[in-house]
Amino acid sequence: MSDLLAARSQMAMSLAFHIIFAVVGIGMPALMVIAERRWLRTGDHHYLELAKRWARGTAILFAVGAVSGTVLSFELGLLWPRFMEFAGPIIGMPFSLEGFAFFTEAIFLGVYLYGWERVRPRAHLAAGVIVAVSGAVSGVFVVIANAWMNTPAGFRMVDGQPMDVHPLRAMMTTATFPETLHMTIAAYAATGLVVAGIHAALLLREPRNAFHRRALLVGLLVGAPAALVQPLSGDISARYVARWQPIKLAAMEADFTTQRGAPLHVGGLPDETRGVTRGAIEIPYGLSLLAFHDPRAVVQGLGDFPRDLWPPVAITHFAFDVMVGLGSLMAIIAAWALVVLARKREPADSRRLLWALTAIAPAGFIAIEAGWTVTEVGRQPWVVYGVMRTADAVTPMPGLIVPFTTFTLLYCFLGATVAWLLYQQVLKSPTAGEDELDPATASQTRSHHAPHNAAHGTSHGTSHNASHGARRSAGDA
Amino acid sequence: MAGVASAQSAAAQTLSPQTLWPPPLWLVVAGVIVVALMAYALLAGADFGGGVWDLLASGPRRSAQRELIAHAIGPIWEANHVWLIIVVVLLFSCFPAAFARLAVVLHIPFTLLLIGIVLRGSAFTFRTYDSAHSAVQERWGLLFSIASLFTPILLGVTVGGIVSETVGRAPIGVPGATFVAQYVAPWLTPFAFAVGALALALFAFLAAVYLTVEAGHNRELQEDFRRRALAAAAAVFVTAAVALGAAELTAPRVRDALMFTAWAIPFQLATGVAAVTAIAALLARAYRVARVAAAAQVLLILSGWAICQYPYIVPPTLTLAGAAAPHETLELILIALAVGALLLFPSLGYLFRVFKGQGAAPVTH
Repeated sequence: MSDLLAARSQMAMSLAFHIIFAVVGIGMPALMVIAERRWLRTGDHHYLELAKRWARGTAILFAVGAVSGTVLSFELGLLWPRFMEFAGPIIGMPFSLEGFAFFTEAIFLGVYLYGWERVRPRAHLAAGVIVAVSGAVSGVFVVIANAWMNTPAGFRMVDGQPMDVHPLRAMMTTATFPETLHMTIAAYAATGLVVAGIHAALLLREPRNAFHRRALLVGLLVGAPAALVQPLSGDISARYVARWQPIKLAAMEADFTTQRGAPLHVGGLPDETRGVTRGAIEIPYGLSLLAFHDPRAVVQGLGDFPRDLWPPVAITHFAFDVMVGLGSLMAIIAAWALVVLARKREPADSRRLLWALTAIAPAGFIAIEAGWTVTEVGRQPWVVYGVMRTADAVTPMPGLIVPFTTFTLLYCFLGATVAWLLYQQVLKSPTAGEDELDPATASQTRSHHAPHNAAHGTSHGTSHNASHGARRSAGDA
Repeated sequence: MAGVASAQSAAAQTLSPQTLWPPPLWLVVAGVIVVALMAYALLAGADFGGGVWDLLASGPRRSAQRELIAHAIGPIWEANHVWLIIVVVLLFSCFPAAFARLAVVLHIPFTLLLIGIVLRGSAFTFRTYDSAHSAVQERWGLLFSIASLFTPILLGVTVGGIVSETVGRAPIGVPGATFVAQYVAPWLTPFAFAVGALALALFAFLAAVYLTVEAGHNRELQEDFRRRALAAAAAVFVTAAVALGAAELTAPRVRDALMFTAWAIPFQLATGVAAVTAIAALLARAYRVARVAAAAQVLLILSGWAICQYPYIVPPTLTLAGAAAPHETLELILIALAVGALLLFPSLGYLFRVFKGQGAAPVTH
């Protein structure tokens, strides 16, 4: 494995790992806040249980997301020092703003997780809302930096050096709107539907379980509308790629020849040496329609571009088909679920819907991984499109297979642990007394949770409660 | 070498007093980076130190010590960790050449540092949320505490490598230079590891002093951490002496800066006063005074480092002025920092008031 390939693999692996936690970090607080709000309004204790479990899930996922994000902020330099030396001053702005959003998220997550009895119920809910909003905002800032890599702007190249740097213009490039929109919606669709899907699976086993019924409902409330509108934002993204990154579009579609009224290739095996795609289903005029909303539009094929500027065609095309296929499936099932909800029926009563939701539970995350593969692999051989090649950005340090292997093993271990903990702490059906297993909230679960009681407590009262709880836990030790 | 020459002439310019007021933007950003590093040391440093005391928990109140540590860092360590992200982001946005240089030369210790950060953070969270069975808790606790032990050492090693100029002088890309000469020798020095040990001792000292306050009215627990704080103070003294000795032998520029410059003597005196005050306050059981003095001691040591390096960011090759990003970037980042601070400080104040304010400390009668 060459050092460049090792560096790319390490970056891809780190991003693929982190994106899952970043996405859940955007979606999960929304679920948690909705559940808590429903508890405060209805007093239904299942919703409190849900809010607490989702908070635990958020805590676990946020911690791993924070550390894997830290790894990425260093890796940008460790693997691509020349890219960062060039791009740092131009895209430092969104990263700085992201720093503050992340700070806000971490601060109020601390308040949310450990403050159930230390702050008033409204302040607690507000802390959750701040976590949800700052999570979404920090995602937007990071995607803005990626958008700049696809449609670089806000500087002028003079003798290989950036001049006339305008960081704000670099934040508002052509790709900024379509990319941030597509990613933010994806985060809610993937998180909402994975939660709905997991609880749908559990409801197939325990159809009357009230806890899972409510979890399914909240998951659908967040995930289904997002999954339904996602194809529209995908259309915006596709048209922007067609206009600004025609090589990427040609690779996405495995389209080798330029033609008027181009067909859409679904599936098939692109052969880069011969310049043909075999075995694909062709939808006449499909690509011209999708890319330019005009069946007679001319779409450039890969043949129009120098061979050394082609991205890896097969990977980009396959990833694109996976993303679009899964996204369409999610949109259809989301529409079905929304129809059930609109008719005031319980989604949990339709076993067929439960089966469908179970089947697509992981689809959002696979689609997100595939979508980022399209964005990143499809941008090759450039790290900054048209400006800097990936091969020119890599660190001179040899032996990069060592850190790649190390981080891969580390992340496998973390991934397996997180999956086990989520199963134990978040998904399993509640049993009597299980709250005592949770040290972070152990001191609180003993006391009563009735909202009216907490609402009337003064701040003095709550801090007394808290120190009382802490005294108990310290005394136990 | 034209870059070095122009960097040095830029350095000469920056040294003339008339250009320092009003301070150039790069100096303001550098100041913010130092302040963020100080916040990281005082807050996250103490969280790492807490991990060290988790590892060294002993005696009849062993598990009470661990509970107190977990209770003290639980709500705040995620936020404390963000200071490091701020430092990294400011470094690559505002001093991109320095960031690139450090990332290339220090690839190995940074990678190890990251592994430490990943294991510390995730093991702490896994311990909090995994089953309460003692075997499981012990396993995560061990991982958390070992990672807390070696991460500060690596932080100190990178700082030591930078300040002693071995990182700046690394022969990256020089024909004939071996892998070891380029990527290992610059940080695998006695001085760098002495600074690593000093960082560990300082963080453990800070944590123990903070924990005497956190222990509140639990006298026995307070005495446990008082003894630990005094032991850590001794370790700080020893590691600082070793670092100075290593500087004498291998990093003459650091020694000269710390011993023979105009600011050296008052600075050394101030640090010494802070250290003596912290120890005296611990002996007198004036824990809140000890906390302030210990924090002051760490701030003074970090300022010493910053002043020692000025006007370089990666001595002896890259100056702050030479490595700085274009004016537009510095200006906008500073505006963003000012606006961000308006958001950040009230939020941080709220967090610490909720969890560290009066009545928030765990009280055991």
